[in-house]
Amino acid sequence: MKALRKFLDKKKPLFQKGGKFAKLQSSFEAFETFLFVPDITSHTGTHIKDAIDLKRTMSIVVMALIPALLFGIYNTGYLHFLSVGELANTDFLDICIYGLIKILPIIVVSYVVGLGIEFAFAQMRGHQVNEGFLVSGMLIPLIMPVTAPLWMVAVSTAFAVVIGKEVFGGTGMNIWNPALVARAFFFFAYPSKMSGESVWIAEKADSFSGATPLAHAANLVDVKGDAAVTLYQQHLSNVWDMFVGFIPGSIGETSTIAILIGAVILIATGIGSWKIIVSVFAGGYVMGMLFNLIGGNSYMELIPAWQHLIMGGFAFGAVFMATDPVSGAQTARGKYIYGFLIGFLAVLIRVLNAGFPEAMMLSILLMNTFAPLIDHYVVQGNIKRRLKRVKVSA
Amino acid sequence: MSEVKKIKKGLDIKLAGKAEKVLEKADRSETYAIKPSNFPGLTPKLKVKVDAEVKAGDSLFFDKYCPEINFASPVSGKVIAVNRGERRKILEVVIQADAEIQYQEFKKADPNGLSRDEIKEELLKSGLWAFVRQRPYDVVAKPEDTPKAIFVSAFDTAPLAADIDFLLENEAVAFQAGLDALAKLTDGKLYLNINPNINQSKIFTEAKNVEIRQFTGVHPAGNIGVQIHHISPMNKGEVAWVIRPQEVIFIGRLFTKGIYDVSRKIALCGSEVKTPCYFETILGASVRNILKGKLKDDEKIRVISGNVLTGSQILEDGFLNFYDSQITVIPEGDKFEFLGWALPGLQKFSMSKTFFSWLMPNKEYRLDANLHGEHRAFVMTGEYDKVLPMDVLPQQLVKSIMIEDIDQMEQLGIYEVAPEDLALCEFVCTSKINVQDLVRKGIDLMIKEMS
Repeated sequence: MKALRKFLDKKKPLFQKGGKFAKLQSSFEAFETFLFVPDITSHTGTHIKDAIDLKRTMSIVVMALIPALLFGIYNTGYLHFLSVGELANTDFLDICIYGLIKILPIIVVSYVVGLGIEFAFAQMRGHQVNEGFLVSGMLIPLIMPVTAPLWMVAVSTAFAVVIGKEVFGGTGMNIWNPALVARAFFFFAYPSKMSGESVWIAEKADSFSGATPLAHAANLVDVKGDAAVTLYQQHLSNVWDMFVGFIPGSIGETSTIAILIGAVILIATGIGSWKIIVSVFAGGYVMGMLFNLIGGNSYMELIPAWQHLIMGGFAFGAVFMATDPVSGAQTARGKYIYGFLIGFLAVLIRVLNAGFPEAMMLSILLMNTFAPLIDHYVVQGNIKRRLKRVKVSA
Repeated sequence: MSEVKKIKKGLDIKLAGKAEKVLEKADRSETYAIKPSNFPGLTPKLKVKVDAEVKAGDSLFFDKYCPEINFASPVSGKVIAVNRGERRKILEVVIQADAEIQYQEFKKADPNGLSRDEIKEELLKSGLWAFVRQRPYDVVAKPEDTPKAIFVSAFDTAPLAADIDFLLENEAVAFQAGLDALAKLTDGKLYLNINPNINQSKIFTEAKNVEIRQFTGVHPAGNIGVQIHHISPMNKGEVAWVIRPQEVIFIGRLFTKGIYDVSRKIALCGSEVKTPCYFETILGASVRNILKGKLKDDEKIRVISGNVLTGSQILEDGFLNFYDSQITVIPEGDKFEFLGWALPGLQKFSMSKTFFSWLMPNKEYRLDANLHGEHRAFVMTGEYDKVLPMDVLPQQLVKSIMIEDIDQMEQLGIYEVAPEDLALCEFVCTSKINVQDLVRKGIDLMIKEMS
């Protein structure tokens, strides 16, 4: 490693002020600090610092995403071969390779476009390149349909990074979760590529239904009685598949198990807020319960509350999207409220509005918008306690 | 006795090199210095010139805006230098000590028989007033105030902190005299906060004239600011005074012996010290003789007067800071680390469990001064809350300081915190934000705006 360090030390002056490539200083530093934790020491304040930094934090989140990614790769191959009727003749490796071929390009596009823009902005502003996109760049592919055209992924990513993040000042300053901005853009700009039966399974046979459980569930609204029960039995009763993840859906969102492994990593390391994760699930469950109690249509009556938590992007959103510390609520109490409302609204929207079966995205974006308001009231509460104390002691 | 308040939020950082409770001899230091920078917000006016002869207790400089407050020479001898920095700011007033210390004589009296004004006058005249600090703002107290209470914390929970029981061994008389004097200065109570698990000494448990409160738990349980928050939080307009036990005995010596005697025990600790232990020295001493031959020399080191969280770096021939009872020596750590952020990190300490070192909860770490990353904008949330045991929203407070919003700073509790209380927030910060500097900046702004 000494040779590498020497090489970097030798080249460094070229990238510093007055050097030949001074304009590329941010990029050089990004690579340098990626390879070597810098030698900067503390000069004021505490002399020792916690070993954690944003690179570590972000790489833990990426690690937590890996189970969902691996399952997504397998599931992509699995569903493809299932739809064309060749599952029995295909071995595990081929399934995985097929999935990999489909998914890898999406990941590459997301990272190349996103990091490209991040580097460019850092350069223009003379800032350091922030690590935030390491996670966003992995989240974006995982919430895309596997058939998403690469250029659309590229455009959505670019939109997310520029409009969702950089215009606000970059990592730490954004209002909405950048990955969800990418998905929202994709959803509204190219709706035909993100809804319907045909987009969730790669190279699906036409005869095979590729509808997601949420789409089936949405159909429940219009049917009653026995027909509804039949529909439920046929398409929605296999909750084990939903839990494990052998269902059509966005690449990384289908397997609740894989997502829960990620959740365990996030909570155990202290990176993800358990307060948010738990309260999102609680909010979704409570809304589901309310629907069960009220009834009104077959969707409300037949889908048990807990089933909402394993369908669609609910779990993925709860664990990986709602927990984004920048766009979420920042105060401890605020996190409970913020999380609860995300779950609550997600189930509310998904059941009541057939146009948006995948309501998790909208619900999180909405609560991202309101997170500062929630925090405001929590902060006001703290201020009021302090003022009250003065009155008591006076 | 009162009930025990357990502080749960916080973090004990276990460092290698805790000082053994043994008092070793070191060669006497020849030079001593008082540094105005140890007193935040102070504008010093010199009272002595270079080459002047002073006795221990003679004023070296005073507060320009409150001329009664004197800062005294710890020893007798000759002023050999007044070192100045940018814009002629006074950095150090250096004294070459006599072989035998000559003490300026002050009134010897039983503080119980003196009035409040007499005690104040004695403290101001002798320079001991500088040890009485106030909350809010964590600055030297104003003599014209009458505090709602005075607080003394009998234990220090900071990393490798000196054992105060040991520091006060054989000082029972002076300590009680000091407490008696302090008790006269307030209409409220004089609180002595002890930790039943740490403070075994009768000096504390049998102290008279005080209200004893008990605290246990993790750092910053020993911070006086945290204790005040749980006993009687600071509201706008209120003033409380604080002083450390090590300094209470200085006051006691003034009244029992009639001299300004600031000799103190200090702990020499840290992973780069060969045999960490205690030394007898005098405030402001040059650390050169204390450190001579006692440090490991296999790596570049950093000498800190104070603890690793709140202390300040000094040179190997620098001087002890005014309020510090420990010298900590750690590796400098100005090295690059290949893929350091990605390694399992068994040698790295983190509050988060992102490094595998959390599997070894009792490990003592050898930590260096490396930042372990670069400065970033705020990203993570909730980290600060875990290490600040107060009903204060640290992150919001720090942000209000960043935007210099005085009203919000006041509403969010700037009166309740001192930089040292948020030192752990700075330690755990993923974005490496200089929280203590910011808090001090906020306090300076408040002082400017409120006066």
